[in-house]
Amino acid sequence: MWQRIIALAIKEFQALLRDPKSRFVIVGPPLIQLLVFSFAATFDLSNIPIAVYNQDGGQAAQALVARFEGSGHFKSVANIQRESEISRVIDDQKALMVLNIGPRFEADLLSNQPATVQLIIDGRNSNTAAIALSYANTLVADFNTQWQTSHPLRAPPSVIVTRAWFNPNLESRWFIVPGIVAILMLVVVMVVTALSVAREREQGTFDQLLVTPLHPVEILIGKAIPGFVIGFTEGSIIIFLAVKAFAVPFEGHLLTLYIGMGLFLLSAIGIGLMISALATTLQQAVLGVFLFLVPAIILSGFATPIANMPPFVQDLTLINPMRYFMIILRGIFLEGSSFQSLQNQFWPLALIGIVTLAAAGWLFRHRMN
Amino acid sequence: MSSPTPRRGSGWMRMGGLIRKESLQIIRDPSSIAIAFLLPVVLLLIFGYGVSLNAKHIPLAFVADAPDMESAALYASFNHSTYFSPQIAPNLATATRWLLNRRVDAIVHLPSDFAAQLSTANQSAPLQVIVNGIDANQARLTQAYIQAGWQSWLTNRTQAAGQSAHQPVELAARIWFNPELRSRDYLVPGLIAVIMTLIGALLTALVMAREWERGTLEALMVTPVQINELLIGKLVPYFVLGMGGMALSVAMAVWLFGVPFLGSWWILVLTSALFLLTALGMGLFISIVARNQFVASLIAIITTFLPAFMLSGFIFDIGSMPGWLQNLTYLVSARYFIVILHTLFLAGDVAAILWPNTLAMLAIAVFFIAASRRKIRKSLE
Amino acid sequence: MSAHGVKNDTEAIVIRGLHKSFGKAPRITQAVNNVSFSVPTGTVMGLIGPDGAGKTTLMRLMAGLLTAEAGSLEVLGVDVQKDPLTVQSSIGYMPQHFGLYEDLTVQENLTLYADLQGVPFDQRPNRYQRLLAMTGLGAFTDRLAGRLSGGMKQKLGLACTLVRPPKLLLLDEPTVGVDPVSRRELWAIVYQLVQEDGMTVLLSTAYLDEAEHCDQVILLHEGEILGQDTPAAFTQHLAGRVWGAKRELGLRRHLQAELKQQPGILDAVIDGDWVRVLLAEQTAPPTLPNGVWQPLPPRFEDAFVLMLNSQRAAQTPQAPAPPTSQPIVPTARARPAEVITVHELTRRFGAFIAVNALSFSVQRGEIFGLLGANGAGKSTTFRMLCGLLPASSGALSVAGVDLFTAAAKARARIGYMSQKYALYEVLSVMQNLKFFARAYGLKGEHLNRRLAWALSEFELTPYHDTNSGLLPLGFKQRLAMACALMHEPDILFLDEPTSGVDPLERRAFWGRINELADHGVTIMITTHFMDEAEYCDRLVIMSQGQILAAGTPAAIRAQAQTAAAPNPSMEDAFIALITAPTPPTGVAA
Repeated sequence: MWQRIIALAIKEFQALLRDPKSRFVIVGPPLIQLLVFSFAATFDLSNIPIAVYNQDGGQAAQALVARFEGSGHFKSVANIQRESEISRVIDDQKALMVLNIGPRFEADLLSNQPATVQLIIDGRNSNTAAIALSYANTLVADFNTQWQTSHPLRAPPSVIVTRAWFNPNLESRWFIVPGIVAILMLVVVMVVTALSVAREREQGTFDQLLVTPLHPVEILIGKAIPGFVIGFTEGSIIIFLAVKAFAVPFEGHLLTLYIGMGLFLLSAIGIGLMISALATTLQQAVLGVFLFLVPAIILSGFATPIANMPPFVQDLTLINPMRYFMIILRGIFLEGSSFQSLQNQFWPLALIGIVTLAAAGWLFRHRMN
Repeated sequence: MSSPTPRRGSGWMRMGGLIRKESLQIIRDPSSIAIAFLLPVVLLLIFGYGVSLNAKHIPLAFVADAPDMESAALYASFNHSTYFSPQIAPNLATATRWLLNRRVDAIVHLPSDFAAQLSTANQSAPLQVIVNGIDANQARLTQAYIQAGWQSWLTNRTQAAGQSAHQPVELAARIWFNPELRSRDYLVPGLIAVIMTLIGALLTALVMAREWERGTLEALMVTPVQINELLIGKLVPYFVLGMGGMALSVAMAVWLFGVPFLGSWWILVLTSALFLLTALGMGLFISIVARNQFVASLIAIITTFLPAFMLSGFIFDIGSMPGWLQNLTYLVSARYFIVILHTLFLAGDVAAILWPNTLAMLAIAVFFIAASRRKIRKSLE
Repeated sequence: MSAHGVKNDTEAIVIRGLHKSFGKAPRITQAVNNVSFSVPTGTVMGLIGPDGAGKTTLMRLMAGLLTAEAGSLEVLGVDVQKDPLTVQSSIGYMPQHFGLYEDLTVQENLTLYADLQGVPFDQRPNRYQRLLAMTGLGAFTDRLAGRLSGGMKQKLGLACTLVRPPKLLLLDEPTVGVDPVSRRELWAIVYQLVQEDGMTVLLSTAYLDEAEHCDQVILLHEGEILGQDTPAAFTQHLAGRVWGAKRELGLRRHLQAELKQQPGILDAVIDGDWVRVLLAEQTAPPTLPNGVWQPLPPRFEDAFVLMLNSQRAAQTPQAPAPPTSQPIVPTARARPAEVITVHELTRRFGAFIAVNALSFSVQRGEIFGLLGANGAGKSTTFRMLCGLLPASSGALSVAGVDLFTAAAKARARIGYMSQKYALYEVLSVMQNLKFFARAYGLKGEHLNRRLAWALSEFELTPYHDTNSGLLPLGFKQRLAMACALMHEPDILFLDEPTSGVDPLERRAFWGRINELADHGVTIMITTHFMDEAEYCDRLVIMSQGQILAAGTPAAIRAQAQTAAAPNPSMEDAFIALITAPTPPTGVAA
């Protein structure tokens, strides 16, 4: 039995890798995309263009503006002279926000009156707007603390001391790169498994395969092996690069990581082969891949937290293998999670793998005629 | 054997024939129609309802080493906020365990001398906050929300004591176009651009490769048909199909998700048409270069969705990317269309935004179609 | 343009010193090498040659789909290289696999080509009517092209090519995979066009009996022209060298194999009750114990085989190896046993009955033929026997089991070669062989032995590292057969194994089949070559899912005996049987 399966697996590898075009497409893009996306995917904003409408011009106002410009997050792109220019700057997206300092700013400040600073933000990209606003809040709070200590009026009754665990500088790249690792592995596995049967159907070789003594389960295993091997190899390379090139900490155990990776590959291959067994043409297979791939990535907690989703969508994510693998990867990379603490991620992955592989096997047998 | 001058017939007739042929094929194979209509519906529903960057009910562990009136007031302040669902932990060790196994995302800790320091005039009572920094973006937002909760508690407290309560500088933020920062209002238009990239490329990525593989191209090539007619005959039916998908997506955005639309409809139609051409052109180009359906499928899967998702500014801010990468994003046509859609939906017709982005899309569309035209020759070599 | 037209009103095609090669150095193949010929207007010209002779390349050059490296090429007085579009507007070209859009109906396919060819709307109804009547497709205008039988597809392809009457018609192997009835109909159409419209026709074919229907024939071999003449002129010098042999006892194929090895005999094939023999020059028929000799008139095929054999002998130092088998010992015949039995086998697809209450049985070591028009249900029967499709009702057993329900292991006893030569095109020859051998559980020394056997027996060694998709058709066929034989099956299913393959390849193929049968392998085969049906021990002729006739080839020929045709060939018998009781599906209108 194993000899036949290995023969089939070797044939699958040759079919994937002998043609230079398809060999390149399977090997090249994941590595390129890791590089590109790891730089692209960050929620840390830098050089946010702001316009300053400084109607006061005094020392305190200058100090506040300097604090914005010196933070690294903001870059002053224009000085506004008139109220009417504000809307032009925002509408045309020359600046994401306008810092409007009133003419009585310093006077209010010195007379212990509330000195109000107006911030006008372009809300078209609400996520960027929210992040920019939170930066501005922090900067103003820091300004206040400094002002209070240098102009001793009264010590604030309470202060906040914040620490962020696992990622002290709140670098979002640490969070994103493990997610990209998971996405690229999923894409590679889908590409390798989901198109394989449809391709044989279109070339007419599937019948030839079925008259050999290969049992449907053996065909299934033979077609799963390349996905597993290629997924494992590319996954290892991508993880190595992530740690070495992007300096993402790796706190956990390699063994735990590989257990999680194995279970994830199993479930992804199961889904890929299910699509493969259902599709009769390549176009249908590609449609199937996207109908799975896009929701799986969106609903994985990669970019937007699952906790923010409404309850029924949260329930839906329970069948998404990416959800569990995201937690496993981030846990192992950043927290050094142990095998025990990830148990609740491992068993759902194993369950999804078993169910989808069994379904794929069933479909193989019943779609033969 | 009479007149030696052959009749070629008109180009319109040939194009009409090709368009009719392609349309019939679309109707007979439901997977193209599924791509155009099923894909946007499924994806928009999942996104529109499922994805939100606005956090609500963040689980929070609240630890007071010495519970008293002050700590109860602070707890109440968090409890009233829709951002948090605080849980009282008996001690810091328990709260830490909760944080580690993800039962909570943050800990607010009042040390045992918190009350004492609070009432001492010249001392500031430190409120310890620990957040789980793994999701850096979420952690930052959580910090900001905690700060706001703490601020409102402090204001109430000083006002109750009859003192004026204000910070030296107060920030008054006004957010234009999307005052409540509803993330759906910005995600849905962006998503339309991502989905249309997918659809456009998928519709055409296999069509030329399929004709190659099935041998139908050879018979077409010996007819008097010209390459331009062949390309137009391929593009028009899928363009119509894609515009249908686009219309469906916009209708869902406006009527189902209630995203405001402030721009002009005709500009939307025009820019959508141009964007769709860039996506269809890219698919056609893939199809012509790959020449076989398997490789075309691989390229389509790998080069469409992820770049449009990651490099278009849909979720990740382009301005914050390194310079070389920003240059790379100029090649992603979705980046222009996303800006146009955000502006048309939330801000209105802003000429300074619409013009440059439209011209950029035009350049990309021309590039792909011209490249396809160059690559496909009326010959089998 | 008109100036050219006057100049060449008598020659439809003029080719001088044409060269075309493929590939890059060092692997250049000369597909067309210094070819010159001309085709007179209003004639039917046959382009004949073995696989890889350059027939298709030549056709594509004339259609302006390829560019030549050297030489001149004028079609209808127009230089094809300079103005391909003008040529394409005045010729009709039907490629080997005509690109019908299978998801379009017959009428929609016609309309598409009418649009592409710019046929004016007012002329269309008449044109459609004529073409549909000519091809007998009138009753099927609303049927999807994908659901037509092979013969009907071919006729539809021709109709699409003819939708705007061309002055020159190029047909690349128009009759491959088409049953004899449809073939005769296609030829009738061609003649009608030449006579009524004065069309010039250039066609290539693998059926050498068809060459005799042409006004003139061009023989092409490895890109070079061996001769151009009338078919009769090719056979003139063979008078007196073609004989038929007959022996009362034993099988014809044994006699054929025996004769083939005798010195002085260049070719031996089964022809009806006789074994047809081509003698070397100045040779008398050898003595034949218990047998009789009879002189036969030479055919074009004899001339063709002779010419190819001498060409190949000139290139390779040793003559083509005769089957290197031991003396034939028909031991297997001693204990006949039913290996395949089929009883009341029926298969429905919805309301359509593809196979209707079929019953027959096949003995061990027998060569059993399944003949029938396209769409008669042959392939469906094959798929059921191989366990690819469940039967709707009835019983079947292959080697004692129903392969659809039996354990996968049972399939190790059969070998299957499908119509399309299902090979992994991006894999090399060696990789294909290895995969199929291992899939059947071969390993170690045994595996190596079989691989070596396959490479030498099928002469695939020079190609062992070539992608199977790039092989010439004849080699694809050899490789597909080698793959099906790697595990030495007891039963071999061959679905149109020789479709489109040249006569020499077919002779080698049948040599192997006969040898296998003599070693006790049961062989079940479908074919459209009626001369090949003569190699079968027994055969059935199917039509519309039912058996029309069954028995030995001689018995079937006898069924078609009439006063008018006392000595019908297998093809005559086949056509008589198919057309007699009920009209076949293709010509109902």
